[in-house]
Amino acid sequence: MDLEILQHYWWILLCILGGLLVFLLFVQGGQSLLYTIGKNKEERDLLVNTLGHKWEFTFTTLVVFGGAFFASFPLFYSTSFGGAYVVWMLILFCFVIQAVSYEYRSKRRNFLGTRTYETFLMINGFAAPFLLGAAVATFFTGSPFRIGEMNQVEWMTPWRGLDALGVWTNYLLGFAVLFLARTQAALYFILTIDNEAVRTRSRKQVLWNAIPFVVFFLWFLAAIFTGEGYAMDDNGSIVLEKYKYFRNLVEMPLNAILFLLGVAGVLYGILRTVLSPRWRKGIWFTGAGSLLAVFGLLIIAGFNGTAFYPSSTDIQSSLTIYNASSSLYTLKAMSWVSLAIPFVAAYIWYAWRALTRKPMDAKELEEAENKY
Amino acid sequence: MTELTMTSIVEWSRWQFAMTAIYHYMFVPLTLGLSFMLAIMETLWVRTGKTEWLHAEKFWMKLFAINFAIGIATGLILEFQFGSNWSNYSWFVGDIFGAPLAIEGIFAFFMEATFFAVMFFGWNKVSRRFHLASTWLVFIGSNISALWILVANAWMQNPVGMEFNPLTARNEMADFWAVLGSPTAMSKFFHTVTSAYTLSACFVIGVSAWFILKKRNMEFARKSILLASVFGFFSILVTMFTGDTSAQDVTRHQPMKLAAMEGLNRGGEGADFTIIGIPCKDETLPSERMRTVEYGIAVPKMLSFLGYHDFNAYIPGVEDILNGYTSHEGETYPSVEQRMANGRKAIAALGTYKTAVEAGNDTLAAQSLGTLREHFSDFGYGYLESPDEIIPNIPLVFYSFRIMVGLGMLFVLLFALSWWFARKRAFGKFRFMPYFALICIPCAYIASQCGWIVAEVGRQPWVVQDLMPTHVAITDIASGWVMTTFWMFAVLFTLLLVAEIGIMLSQIKKGPKEA
Repeated sequence: MDLEILQHYWWILLCILGGLLVFLLFVQGGQSLLYTIGKNKEERDLLVNTLGHKWEFTFTTLVVFGGAFFASFPLFYSTSFGGAYVVWMLILFCFVIQAVSYEYRSKRRNFLGTRTYETFLMINGFAAPFLLGAAVATFFTGSPFRIGEMNQVEWMTPWRGLDALGVWTNYLLGFAVLFLARTQAALYFILTIDNEAVRTRSRKQVLWNAIPFVVFFLWFLAAIFTGEGYAMDDNGSIVLEKYKYFRNLVEMPLNAILFLLGVAGVLYGILRTVLSPRWRKGIWFTGAGSLLAVFGLLIIAGFNGTAFYPSSTDIQSSLTIYNASSSLYTLKAMSWVSLAIPFVAAYIWYAWRALTRKPMDAKELEEAENKY
Repeated sequence: MTELTMTSIVEWSRWQFAMTAIYHYMFVPLTLGLSFMLAIMETLWVRTGKTEWLHAEKFWMKLFAINFAIGIATGLILEFQFGSNWSNYSWFVGDIFGAPLAIEGIFAFFMEATFFAVMFFGWNKVSRRFHLASTWLVFIGSNISALWILVANAWMQNPVGMEFNPLTARNEMADFWAVLGSPTAMSKFFHTVTSAYTLSACFVIGVSAWFILKKRNMEFARKSILLASVFGFFSILVTMFTGDTSAQDVTRHQPMKLAAMEGLNRGGEGADFTIIGIPCKDETLPSERMRTVEYGIAVPKMLSFLGYHDFNAYIPGVEDILNGYTSHEGETYPSVEQRMANGRKAIAALGTYKTAVEAGNDTLAAQSLGTLREHFSDFGYGYLESPDEIIPNIPLVFYSFRIMVGLGMLFVLLFALSWWFARKRAFGKFRFMPYFALICIPCAYIASQCGWIVAEVGRQPWVVQDLMPTHVAITDIASGWVMTTFWMFAVLFTLLLVAEIGIMLSQIKKGPKEA
């Protein structure tokens, strides 16, 4: 098989994983709403436990996202993780404190106290979606690095990734992802928790978070579609090109359809939930929509002769799916491995359904043998 | 960059990796082994209908979950640290090393995460058979995860199945099956997972012994001890057998590690195996990194036998390796100084090759490529400044190896006695037995950590054997940042460890539900 096809194939797989990750960030969104929706211990227990059945999927998807990047585009892995060191360490810190908090939160002699573990969940809930969103925004806005002779990364500022916070466009995607995560979480609670007060508050939160999400998301799109993008010319050199990302949108019509379908799905899930109080399936539409929209956005970042990890200080050091990828042999071997993904997705789906057949209520939680 | 700051980055990066790996490996072995025992207990319950197995499983599952959570927390950082702190390494071998990590994620992590949720929360939600399958899948998932990460680790110790691509300045995979099926990987995998089963068995016996001491839940404790002692006994046998194959592997591919494990300065045919001794500084030796073993008790010719299953085989010592030697298999290795010169030629040829290709000078490109290929096996030596840099910390490796092996022997005794006394319902009658079992819990953790010290400190200065020294593998970053993150994670992990132990103890005190 041709190297170029496999490079595209692996970028597509990463885009799917990226989309899935953003959908699954509803767990983080839910954690950030812990005290907004859960007004007493019983309600917070419900929120934590219904999220607790799912948090590992988000966590695992993040890990697999990192691993898949390492295997398929190792130059991105070494450049971004080694270069933007501080930002990635902060992201990891947020996830490390999350991983123990579910299990330890309500246990006796948990040393730090329930409130601390809930604070950990809140920190992860707010910071992780924001930082991940801002980090992904650098796929469009660029980062200050140079690739050396032996392909080693040289970061051009001492801030090691914190410099991304000096670019306002990155905030837009950061906040968009945060508010999307919170919107999705509220929709998830509506579906999975059988408690009137929680549902009422969740419906309110859908609206309150969807508005800033839409504003920030459209603002981000406007910024990148009307700005300059990092294009690869016929000689393989990287040049700045006006409206590059908008051109990518229109020049790849199938992707544009998927992207717009995604955006429509997100909005449909939100609007119908707000307008019809008895409808509870909003998370499926908004979730699937997020997956498609993020997928479309990441395709725009990497396909059609575009540098997916551009350097803002040494433009020729920018990474494309061509210069950052693994060898043909490794991509081929990994492509065989990827055939297992539908099977993995199928068992996750089956197990998910088995655990969430009916919404959780206080009685179920009380009777549960294992709970968080 | 000045030498001083360079050293400090290397040191801090190494400390961070070591600290996170040590913490992570405090929790991994119990996950690997306890998941196996949970699956066995549930199978016994499903097949015999005896609810005591179900109650026992539910008790151990609670401890499993507490341990599992912190294992996940400490593992995350390791996955990303290759890129964040060892980015040169990540590029140099990412084409090979990334694949096992990705496969681990796709095959193992999702399986563990998905079926852990079913196993833990699904008691009343899924059928008995589906639940049993989930419990087995948690075990399979966690062990598959171990397989892939150990394949990756083994590749660093014995790089196979790859070719160096001078245009991209990296090693590229040429044979996936050679990477997966490498004998180093296989013995490493079986040695590590069975030692993890051994630790889990020690844990179960030790905790059960506490119940016996307290005269509580006696039948539950006896059953748990019976199961764990049989499980542990067979596990430690395989650990010992694979330890033997690992030793042979180290003899062939990492002779310096073997010499450090033994504190062997001058080798020879029919080399002795030191059971115990004290590696001391000796000013008569050519390097201050070398040690002479004093007060040693040795078994004649045993090291040669362990290395090659031949009592008269030649084993090189540290000095032999420094000066050059011919191995038992007849292969000649030049002195380290010569290998350093070869390595420098290879590095220079790589630079010339790239320039020649860019300039379109085919003759020069072909010539430099030839030089590079000729000396590539010594590539990493070109980055060394002094030959004795290839000597690892001998006392640390020497003692760790002996503690690991000594404690391993102790566990054989523990399992045999535990089984015997539990079968005779006499475990609590001899007071020393429960205390012996309790003491073996920390001993098992110490033995595990020592095993990793032997493997990882023993292979220094190499991050990829002979091809890349550790100091070349790091990310170029201000050491202050790495120092900050080191302390950030050191404090966090310590707090979480204290919390974990507290929760564990409280959960153990609560005890199982009586049948």
